[in-house]
Amino acid sequence: MPSRTVAVASRVGLHARPASIFTEAVAGAGIDVTIAHGDGEPVDAGSILLVMSLGVPHGDEVTLAADGPEADRVLDELVTLLATDLDEVP
Amino acid sequence: MPAAVAPADAGAVLHGIGVGRGGAVGPVVTVARPVAAPTDEQPPTDRAAAQESVLAAFGTVADGLLAQSAAATGAAAPVLKATAQMAQDKALRSQTLARIADGEPPVHALDAVIETFEHMFVSAGGYLAERVTDLRSVRDRVAAEILGVPAPGVPVLTEPSVVVALDLAPADTAALDVDQVLAIVTELGGATSHTAIIANQLGIPCVVRARGAADLVEGTTVAVDAAAGTVTLDPAPQVAEAFARRAQVQARLAEDTAPGALVDGTPVALLANVGKAADAERAAGAGGPDGPAVEGSGLFRTEVLFLDRSDAPTRAEQAEVYAQVLRAFGDRKVVVRTLDAGADKPLAFASTAEEENPALGVRGYRLRRTVPELFETQLAALADAQQETGAVPWVMAPMVSTATEAREFASAARGHGLTTVGVMVEVPAAALRAREILAEVDFVSLGTNDLAQYTMATDRLRGELADLIDPWQPAVLDLVAATATAGGEVGKPVGVCGESASDPAMAVVLAGLGITSLSMSPAAVPAVRYALAQHTTEQATAIAVAARAAPDAPAARAAALALLDPTVVEVLALR
Repeated sequence: MPSRTVAVASRVGLHARPASIFTEAVAGAGIDVTIAHGDGEPVDAGSILLVMSLGVPHGDEVTLAADGPEADRVLDELVTLLATDLDEVP
Repeated sequence: MPAAVAPADAGAVLHGIGVGRGGAVGPVVTVARPVAAPTDEQPPTDRAAAQESVLAAFGTVADGLLAQSAAATGAAAPVLKATAQMAQDKALRSQTLARIADGEPPVHALDAVIETFEHMFVSAGGYLAERVTDLRSVRDRVAAEILGVPAPGVPVLTEPSVVVALDLAPADTAALDVDQVLAIVTELGGATSHTAIIANQLGIPCVVRARGAADLVEGTTVAVDAAAGTVTLDPAPQVAEAFARRAQVQARLAEDTAPGALVDGTPVALLANVGKAADAERAAGAGGPDGPAVEGSGLFRTEVLFLDRSDAPTRAEQAEVYAQVLRAFGDRKVVVRTLDAGADKPLAFASTAEEENPALGVRGYRLRRTVPELFETQLAALADAQQETGAVPWVMAPMVSTATEAREFASAARGHGLTTVGVMVEVPAAALRAREILAEVDFVSLGTNDLAQYTMATDRLRGELADLIDPWQPAVLDLVAATATAGGEVGKPVGVCGESASDPAMAVVLAGLGITSLSMSPAAVPAVRYALAQHTTEQATAIAVAARAAPDAPAARAAALALLDPTVVEVLALR
């Protein structure tokens, strides 16, 4: 299963507005994506409650994984998103 | 106070603590309480149908919150949007449905899932722990929808109404359509809860801690008298007339724009508390052609710029807002308070994880230990605003406890080119060492709400202890007196910027203690100006002495009222 590891660029970490933008993007992708914090258990990346519960601070690495023909494209897009400081997105 | 009031009795009176001076008569609109899972809730006979209806409940709640968010303005909009997103959450839905598939009753299933998330949020601490309230409000709305009972929270008001609740969360207050709110009555809460403060700023009469309020029946006509702290059921027609007369007198008082002073000419500057540039423009512009209604701002709460956002505002962004506020007041005094966050005002980017005792933790000036850069940026931004506008702001730090902290703050602020530097006296230690602190700074300002909280060892948010945290407590007055005396000895200003400055009777006491300026919500200024102008320094001093000699807060207030000019007591409905 394709996966990507990326450090969270948002200064507040992956909650508040960045978590909201990220989970909306996952929902928009239309396929199941999981997210794991470090070596932790992967959870549904489309759930804002689960993503927030990971409590990922700024600079920590997360691993995204997905399956299917669209997986690589979707994962690349999501990685780009997480590598951006989402607090700065207008 | 009547021990048990039958709420249906015409003329029956509920007693509480009034916030503000106004009165209003109107129909009760009740804010529904959250509904608990029925103890006898049955496992679903048709599990698929139960899942359907729970899914529909989530959808209805999410749609409702999104619609509310779209219609809301200011701080309420993002709060409601974030809450809607929780109601749409995939994991919340699927875990609840899974439990129903296993035969659990729907609301019990929902509660169990919410509880696991709550647990995760609380153990993550910081920002997440603060979102538990949002999670609970999603739970309460969905549970109400499943059970077919009215949703908790403030209903949509279709006519001017008196909002009655067990308690109101700041998010509920923020979502109120203020044009339709005649008055607010709560059974719990306290006079310094944020709901009360917001109501006071908006000029909405408010009575908190009104015993029996939660039993008031929807549609009952009540008279809410904030000055007296009473709620009267089915009042006589004369009550509304009396309220109207009081409003007229107060409107006439508002036309007086003379600088604040006792009748013998001792000046007591009357200033406005502001939080946003728009507040500053409104307060500075009030008064009309005869002169300004306020002599400046004694408290510009800069934290408003920092709350409800995920990252700190930049130096340029801050400088812009500070410049707007300085420009609004022109050559009048503006006291800028540096970031006062922590405790009941957490910040996403600065709150320290899980404090057992946030009110005693890293808040106010103490944030300089953990996030010094926030602090430096703010002082630099204020210096930028000073440069740009040519106005000279006063700057003060909150929650300073020692003369050394005062010296460090003064040196940091002066290092940025800020010349008039002070600190707030909110910690009893600072009041007891006011002389040493005043040797380091140019002025001090008493925050009476926090000073009362720390002096009386009473949480500001614990409504049932509201009598202890009353600023009329003689011990609190003693600390105010000690600070004012220290200021008088060295000839440096000692102001008060807590809510107590807005109580006309307290204002006379404060003037009698030697306080040189009072900063309050602008709506409170006219009554305070009038009360001050009816007393001499000698009288004010005698009133202060009498209040300090009392054994507790109600006795202190009664002692002051007994010596106040009877016309003032009558016109301002102080009794």
